[in-house]
Amino acid sequence: MKFNRIIKTIFLVEFLRALVIAIKEIFKSKKTINYPFEKGKISSRFRGQHALRRYPNGEERCIACKLCEAVCPAQAITIESEPRNDGSRKTTRYDIDMVKCIYCGLCEESCPVDSIVQGPNFEFSTETKEELYYTKEKLLENGDRWEQILAENIKADSAYR
Amino acid sequence: MSYLYILFIEVYKILFLLIPILVSVAMIVWLERRVWGFVQKRRGPNVVGPFGLLQTLADALKYIFKEIIIPASANKIIFILAPIVTMSLALIAWAVIPFSEELILSNINVGILYIFAVSSLGVYGIIMGGWASNSKYPFLSSIRSAAQMVSYEVSIGIIIINVLLCVGSLNLKDIVLAQQKIWFIVPLFPMFVIFFISVLAETNRPPFDLPEAESELVAGYQTEYSGMMYAMFWLGEYANILLMCALGSILFLGGWLSPIELYPFTLLPSLFWMIAKILLLFFLFALTKAVVPRYRYDQLMRLGWKVFLPFSLIWVILTASYLYYFGMLPNSI
Repeated sequence: MKFNRIIKTIFLVEFLRALVIAIKEIFKSKKTINYPFEKGKISSRFRGQHALRRYPNGEERCIACKLCEAVCPAQAITIESEPRNDGSRKTTRYDIDMVKCIYCGLCEESCPVDSIVQGPNFEFSTETKEELYYTKEKLLENGDRWEQILAENIKADSAYR
Repeated sequence: MSYLYILFIEVYKILFLLIPILVSVAMIVWLERRVWGFVQKRRGPNVVGPFGLLQTLADALKYIFKEIIIPASANKIIFILAPIVTMSLALIAWAVIPFSEELILSNINVGILYIFAVSSLGVYGIIMGGWASNSKYPFLSSIRSAAQMVSYEVSIGIIIINVLLCVGSLNLKDIVLAQQKIWFIVPLFPMFVIFFISVLAETNRPPFDLPEAESELVAGYQTEYSGMMYAMFWLGEYANILLMCALGSILFLGGWLSPIELYPFTLLPSLFWMIAKILLLFFLFALTKAVVPRYRYDQLMRLGWKVFLPFSLIWVILTASYLYYFGMLPNSI
């Protein structure tokens, strides 16, 4: 037993074996994806960038119930609301501080009208911190941009809600 | 006027050597990262330029634009001097490396001694950097690194003596030309293995990268460095690794000589063979980094002093007595 070990040590058997394994691994298929050019599959429950959705007729879904503001554990959401001329209650201000946000998804869960949602977008880095303070306009614009995927995701997940 | 002319020619020659080396250092860093990536089934850098070849250039640009921070308690002059020393020492050693029969900047008679001297001086850059930082991790790291490099230089020196016994000359060109019959890797194979491992230790590469053991010493002697000064350390380190690969190919793999003196092989220029051998050795270096775990410090020292040193000493005696007994000693001794 000991003799074997000495022979192994002198002739660097383990090291050579490791080298052979390494060379074999070089020719195997890669396990990583070519990220910026190809992207991995994202679940329909993925909690990425926030968006405020609209009804098909263009009316904002948000009814300013402020449940999301209340439930938000990081207190990243700020809402101010006023009754509009037609008597409906709408937000005048809906800000999310994306720097504070912990992407827990509680706002999405608490929303009774599926207005605030978290979409599949996770590539929204900016060069300044100010740009990460999302206002209502920005959130509505996100909603318009991602509406198709957001609607699909909500539909796919509706059975479990 | 003629002095000016000579100066101009010399500067031209130096630039002709220096710029390819700096470019190849950049390429070699890319190659190394690619090799690790492939071994770990990743893709490695492949975005900047074709196959990601310009990745290192992009990194260097980033370093240039970064702020250089000098710690308040650092010894400013030595702190700034350290990376300059490391890089320039790694680069000046290239002056005597023969790339082919003609392609050699200065063909001096004691080429191997010169390389050995310069690579020993390389410790100073690290010690200066570690000491001048005035911080505990760089200091510990520089002490470790100094001890490690000094101990493995001893065994490298004795391995070189083995080769020199077979050649009978300190001139690097003569060392290569002495291998026309047979490369020294064949008769001196155990020495080649020890040389390879010692070089790993000498250039602070895994499994002997204790000076940079990030779990213990943050980033070793480079901890306090930033921006271009960090990049210079890094450039010097890789230039040194490349130099050691070149030295290995000259001492054991027959330098610019083609493996077989047959028709298709002799067509290729000797520069090609030199570069191919350097790359082959570097590929082995990169693979080694990908597969081995780090040594403990006492194991490192034990290996250097208790295994490699006596073994290479015994081999010197064996080589010498073999050469003497069979009358194969080179004439010049």
